[in-house]
Amino acid sequence: MGDSISLRVTRYRPDKDREPASQEYDVPLRKELTVLDALNYVKNEVDTTLTFRWSCRMGICGSCGMNVNGEPRLTCATFLSDYAPGPVRVEPLANFPIVRDLVVDISDFLAKLPRMKPWIIRDDDAVLVGEGDGEYLQTPEELEAYQQFSMCINCMLCYAACPVYGLDPDFVGPAAIALAERYDLDSRDHGARERLDVLIEREGVWGCTFVGECTRVCPKHVDPAGAIQRYKLKAATESVKAFLLPRGAR
Amino acid sequence: MSEQLLYRRRVSTWWWTRKRTYFVFVMRELSSIFIAWFVVFLLRLLSAVGDSRSAYDHFLDWASSPLVVALNVLTLVFITLHAVTWFSLTPQAMAVQVRGRAVPGSVIIAAQYVGLAIVSAFIFWLVTR
Repeated sequence: MGDSISLRVTRYRPDKDREPASQEYDVPLRKELTVLDALNYVKNEVDTTLTFRWSCRMGICGSCGMNVNGEPRLTCATFLSDYAPGPVRVEPLANFPIVRDLVVDISDFLAKLPRMKPWIIRDDDAVLVGEGDGEYLQTPEELEAYQQFSMCINCMLCYAACPVYGLDPDFVGPAAIALAERYDLDSRDHGARERLDVLIEREGVWGCTFVGECTRVCPKHVDPAGAIQRYKLKAATESVKAFLLPRGAR
Repeated sequence: MSEQLLYRRRVSTWWWTRKRTYFVFVMRELSSIFIAWFVVFLLRLLSAVGDSRSAYDHFLDWASSPLVVALNVLTLVFITLHAVTWFSLTPQAMAVQVRGRAVPGSVIIAAQYVGLAIVSAFIFWLVTR
């Protein structure tokens, strides 16, 4: 392993640049250094103007997503040594507008998320157990049913990997749909019908063509592609039922 | 921060050539054209069979021309790609449970191949009996 590795980092300063360009930095190459460590090295030692998002450094917060050699990655979980001898291309997450350097604008996702109603919806007077406000009880099996989908950290890697979202930004997108599924599968929730009404629109689940790349890049193994296909099956079943069954039996 | 300062990148027309998984996906989508072609081929066969002996002979001549054979070989390749990729994706789309337990993906995939083998054997029997 050499002593250093070259980083090719996308720079875009909206006040100066008409379009993004890449800038090269040499950073020390050590086995335990991540791409995020390398960016922080540049920020601290070489060029203080380099701008990027990060927070926890341990794959929990979902802030440091970037395209590394064209692949959406959490940079805190991506080791430089895997790219030796380099150079390593570090670009802002694909499919999002660039705010500055490696920072992208995710307000589109933040606007879509509440449309999925990612909270527990009850249609009855809940029977709560315990002190104060009480709690809903759940068996381990009921927890397991949705747990996988609750692991999403909104890191946006799936949106960066999704060509459908890149070509048609109106598509609701993988993480938002996976979160809808997370609440639908929750035994405490009764909101499936309300969510389905939003998701069966053209820009909902039917926008997805099952490329499957969202699932492959997900650092938390959420499987948004699976959630979307299951929704399609649910939506299709509902349509057939609405066609075949009398109103009362649906 | 004003809206105009955001830089919006355009998706290249050739985005699907940049990653193997994207390429396989687009080929799977493209397979629908070949499947449509084979439907037309089968409909022509049916119509020739229903028509007359000479129409059927005429169809066989046409079907054995190098161009049609080449097209059908290509169609077979694309249909195989379609079937294999779809079979491998099915466990993601269907969460099958038996007696409260999730059926492993490999079992779902294997069941589809078994189904394919049974249908193929039936058609083979039907054609050669």
